[in-house]
Amino acid sequence: MSLRPDLALIAAHVAPGARVLDIGCGDGALLAALRDDRGVDARGLELDAANVAAAVARGLSVIQGDADRDLADFPDGSFDYAILSQTLQTTRAPHLVLDQLLRIGARAFVSFPNFAHWRVRVALLTQGRMPVTRLLPERWYDTPNIHHVTIDDFRDLMRARGVAVERAWFLSGDQQRGATAANLLAEHAVFLLKRD
Amino acid sequence: MSHDTRFGLGRTISLAGPLALDSGASLAPVEIAYETYGALDADGGNAILICHALTGDQHVASPHPITGKPGWWTRMVGPGKPIDPDRHFIVCANVLGSCMGSSGPASLAADGAPYAMRFPVITIRDMVRAQAMLLDHLGVGALRAVVGGSMGGMQALSWAATYPSRVRAAVVIASTARHTAQNIAFHEVGRQAIMADPRWLGGDYYAGGEPPSAGLAVARMAAHITYLSEAGLTEKFGRRLQARDAKSFGFDADFQVESYLRHQGISFVDRFDANSYLYITRAMDYFDLAEEHGGLLANGFRATATRFCLVSFDTDWLYPTAESRSIVKALNAAGAAASFVELSSPFGHDAFLLDCPELNRVVDGFLKAVA
Repeated sequence: MSLRPDLALIAAHVAPGARVLDIGCGDGALLAALRDDRGVDARGLELDAANVAAAVARGLSVIQGDADRDLADFPDGSFDYAILSQTLQTTRAPHLVLDQLLRIGARAFVSFPNFAHWRVRVALLTQGRMPVTRLLPERWYDTPNIHHVTIDDFRDLMRARGVAVERAWFLSGDQQRGATAANLLAEHAVFLLKRD
Repeated sequence: MSHDTRFGLGRTISLAGPLALDSGASLAPVEIAYETYGALDADGGNAILICHALTGDQHVASPHPITGKPGWWTRMVGPGKPIDPDRHFIVCANVLGSCMGSSGPASLAADGAPYAMRFPVITIRDMVRAQAMLLDHLGVGALRAVVGGSMGGMQALSWAATYPSRVRAAVVIASTARHTAQNIAFHEVGRQAIMADPRWLGGDYYAGGEPPSAGLAVARMAAHITYLSEAGLTEKFGRRLQARDAKSFGFDADFQVESYLRHQGISFVDRFDANSYLYITRAMDYFDLAEEHGGLLANGFRATATRFCLVSFDTDWLYPTAESRSIVKALNAAGAAASFVELSSPFGHDAFLLDCPELNRVVDGFLKAVA
């Protein structure tokens, strides 16, 4: 089974043998790949009970919980990497969740759909409606994405909170692309953050 | 291994002991009634210990000798089930203090009379130590898993904390690492009901053949309420009347829920000893795993290699999800490999004994991954 493109990117940049916490780990696809391919000590946090059951059945250690509420239960510096993929925009307090990531992990991978992608901008400009796109398929009232964010917004927040961006990757149409005009042209971004 | 009399159904062993107890007292000999299912692998690696709840017994997957009912956990244990005698060597023992063949207050002391209240007060850890003695006798070193719900889950936690090198995995269902004031309070109601029964006689009722059944039945009724959810009771009984069209303006069991509880109480006394109920509820009330480890639960699991799987039920108000979460937090702090899931069920605490495919799926997946 092949990983989602942003997850494949993250998987390729996790150091072998590292301790990893995947927040919003779904059915554990990334964690299982990290464990099997890279010998990673893989742990997960996941909201949905059926997903937790599926991940546990893969032999993973996964705790049912919520990024906003339950990250506080993990000790300081207990992981080499905390991973938050496609989940930041669903949290109630993204800035506090990011603080937790970098409290728990020495580094953090964060991936999110870019709300400033040109298709989103065009939809809002021409139709005057909240955009429904491939990566943001829900309507405004039933979307779990309650804190839309752009690449530039995210960089600003990292600067304001004194978080170092070690690397960033940008995706559109599931292909990696350059950093030039990423805020306009990238559908999706992956950041590697480091505690200062 | 069928020729080996240590294995099979309806076994009882008298171990010389002595068993040193948390109270400072010791017990010798130690009788343990138990059952085994399946065969122990040559390398001894497929052993699973199942720990039963307060009023449970060793008949996890075989008919109860008194009631004739099927084993109490046939939904989890049996061919094709998550715990499978075709793959696992399964051990289930009656806990110390109980009344189904293991040493308890109804057992005979050295003077030939029942211990009654002379039986030493025991703890969950004492039950676990007795089980460890049994496993020594059976030739089981390390367990692939120790599995239990409710008080069985307390024993599973205690196993992992007491004998970390003997437990590769622990499954803790609808349980807690300590009894809260509310838990203790409900148990105290039950104990007082027993001790207020004039037939209790300070525990020395064995000779007369008239046990304090009324008190024990009330204790069971009060406890049974805590095993169910309000929504479950409403769904099952509501305010419906029992075999009558109108209220009687008396104190018969007008309501179905009254009739049901009375039945629960009356049928319980046929199979359980009142003094055992006192001793086991005491052991549960004394249980506080953090207290045994300097007040910090995580200290009980430092450097453990045991993998943990915790399950709670959303309508369980006896040992609610928050109790499981606090165990998970401690396991995280200790760096232990821990999984946790809260399952949805309308049936309250008793959900772990009832049909719950999600529970089976989680336990099955977890145990298969332990290998």
